[in-house]
Amino acid sequence: MSTVFLALQTNEETRPIIEAILQDNPSAVVDEQPAMVKINADGRLVVRRQTIEELTGRDYDLQELQVNMITMSGNLDQTDDEITLFWKA
Amino acid sequence: MDMTVAKKKLGLKERYAVMTRGLDWTPSYQKMEDIYPYIAYEGIKIHDWDKWEDPFRLTMDAYWKYQAEKERKLYSVLDAFTQNNGHLNVTDARYLNTVKLFLSGISPLEYVAHRGFAHAGRQFPGPGPRVACLMQSLDEIRHAQTQVHAVSNYNKYYNGMHDFHHAHDRVWFLSVPKSFFDDAITAGPFEFMVSIGFSFEYVLTNLLFVPFVSGAAYNGDMAAMTFGFSAQSDEARHMTLGLEVIKFILEQDPDNVPIVQRWIDKWTWRGYRVLTLVAMMMDYMLPKRTMSWKESWEIYFEENGGALFKDLARYGIKMPQCAEQIALEKDHLSHQAWSTFYNYAAAANFHTWMPDEDEMEWLSAKYPNSFDKLYRPRYEFWREQAAKGNRFYNKTLPMLCQTCQIPMIFTEPGDPTKICYREVDYKGDKYHFCSDHCKAIFEHEPEKYVQAWLPVHQIYQGNCFPEGTDPTVEGFDPLAAVLKYYNLEHGRDNLDFDVSEDKKNFAEWRGQATKNI
Ligand SMILES: [Fe+2]
Ligand SMILES: [Fe+2]
Repeated sequence: MSTVFLALQTNEETRPIIEAILQDNPSAVVDEQPAMVKINADGRLVVRRQTIEELTGRDYDLQELQVNMITMSGNLDQTDDEITLFWKA
Repeated sequence: MDMTVAKKKLGLKERYAVMTRGLDWTPSYQKMEDIYPYIAYEGIKIHDWDKWEDPFRLTMDAYWKYQAEKERKLYSVLDAFTQNNGHLNVTDARYLNTVKLFLSGISPLEYVAHRGFAHAGRQFPGPGPRVACLMQSLDEIRHAQTQVHAVSNYNKYYNGMHDFHHAHDRVWFLSVPKSFFDDAITAGPFEFMVSIGFSFEYVLTNLLFVPFVSGAAYNGDMAAMTFGFSAQSDEARHMTLGLEVIKFILEQDPDNVPIVQRWIDKWTWRGYRVLTLVAMMMDYMLPKRTMSWKESWEIYFEENGGALFKDLARYGIKMPQCAEQIALEKDHLSHQAWSTFYNYAAAANFHTWMPDEDEMEWLSAKYPNSFDKLYRPRYEFWREQAAKGNRFYNKTLPMLCQTCQIPMIFTEPGDPTKICYREVDYKGDKYHFCSDHCKAIFEHEPEKYVQAWLPVHQIYQGNCFPEGTDPTVEGFDPLAAVLKYYNLEHGRDNLDFDVSEDKKNFAEWRGQATKNI
């Protein structure tokens, strides 16, 4: 399966989000670059609202991620609860 | 007693439907083809516009909210930057030439992208892509403005940035990025989406922004890093728009597949040729390197683009053919480009220089198959000549490729010792090309590309001198006249970094910042 990735700015807001992604995606690998964190995963990567809320102790709207996103790869689907990146082949 | 019943907030999907399709209507007294005049002539067949959805499901109300937050963040960093003399924190003054290249080569394209997406969005009958194009159009004008604001802080201290837009429309090498975008916005709306939305934003953007922005971070440039990230935060949405549009077109009708494939082939090559500037920036212009051009091509195109084209194979889309030639060029591209800019330093709006010994070591480690053998000897010779007071400035004009407008500097695929020339006779004139791919693009649309405004031809025709110039007077200096037309000052904005005011000033100011004098 091809790699999907999501790259976020390195800052206080993204720290718990990255933690949540690592919790929810066993194949996720963190690649830290200057001022940027790239998370690679095998074929599929999910960002779950609930996990972020558990870690931060506050309500979280996944659209807030718009502010800190740098780049990504893969097809995308977003709902109230999840952002999914995936390849079909 | 009246009870106010709290209305349940709409979910993301419903909200998206209400705020896109819900705002659309079917015209009753105007014909569709009159309202959307450009939608048919490219041959793309669309049967159901409602099949298109933005997978982020972003609506305009949420858009404004998040964009405002991005702006607040950006401008508070820019304030801190100016309050702290941020310009003195960059690794060394050579870095500033990256900023000059970006401001005159890329920022004006952001503005053209703004216009392009406004135009394409207006032409699409579907409310989904229309709203997404509107957002991207607004993003792009924000990018142009924030880049100009951020870089204006450097313009107060350093040379060559004072009239970047004037330069963009005139300076010889800037016709490469300019004509690339002009080519895209003068295509139909579908081709525009495939050229910029898909090929540039999805396939190639990581090669432009990620190295530039992490390069800025690595080199202590907080201003460029911040506007870069702020612009990048819109990029995931742009990439998604590009990918969704292409999947949508391909799913709508099998007849669309060959048309789209041709566009992908053309625009991957066109975009790659523009990235020549980025390749040399990565390998030569960042005092502290992030990764080599070759490495970034391998990660972001070969690996990542490979995954993308594997995914698109189910529609019958193939990896563009030009990828083979690009793979052969990756050991040479940045070196051939830097050699050219080193040569033409008298006619550019930024400075060039020869890499120092450590940098040569880095280059030979990153390019073991090509650097020591082909490029190091050349550089050593030029360095020797410069030390003897013979710093070489090429004052003759090169032949340009009719399609990409880059001087004919590239070598034959597989033979880096031989310059690659191709030509075509068309209606009694001869046209020149840097490669088979640029030639094939011309042959498919000759009537478009014969109109190219080629800087070298224009100079020879006398169209690039200030008004009133008489080129027939004794001792006429064409380069001096061209620089005046570019609004560049000889000896200040051009030439080698070593003799530049930038170098001298930076050293002096940094000295003042760290000593009590
Ligand atoms: Fe942009
Ligand atoms: Fe070319």
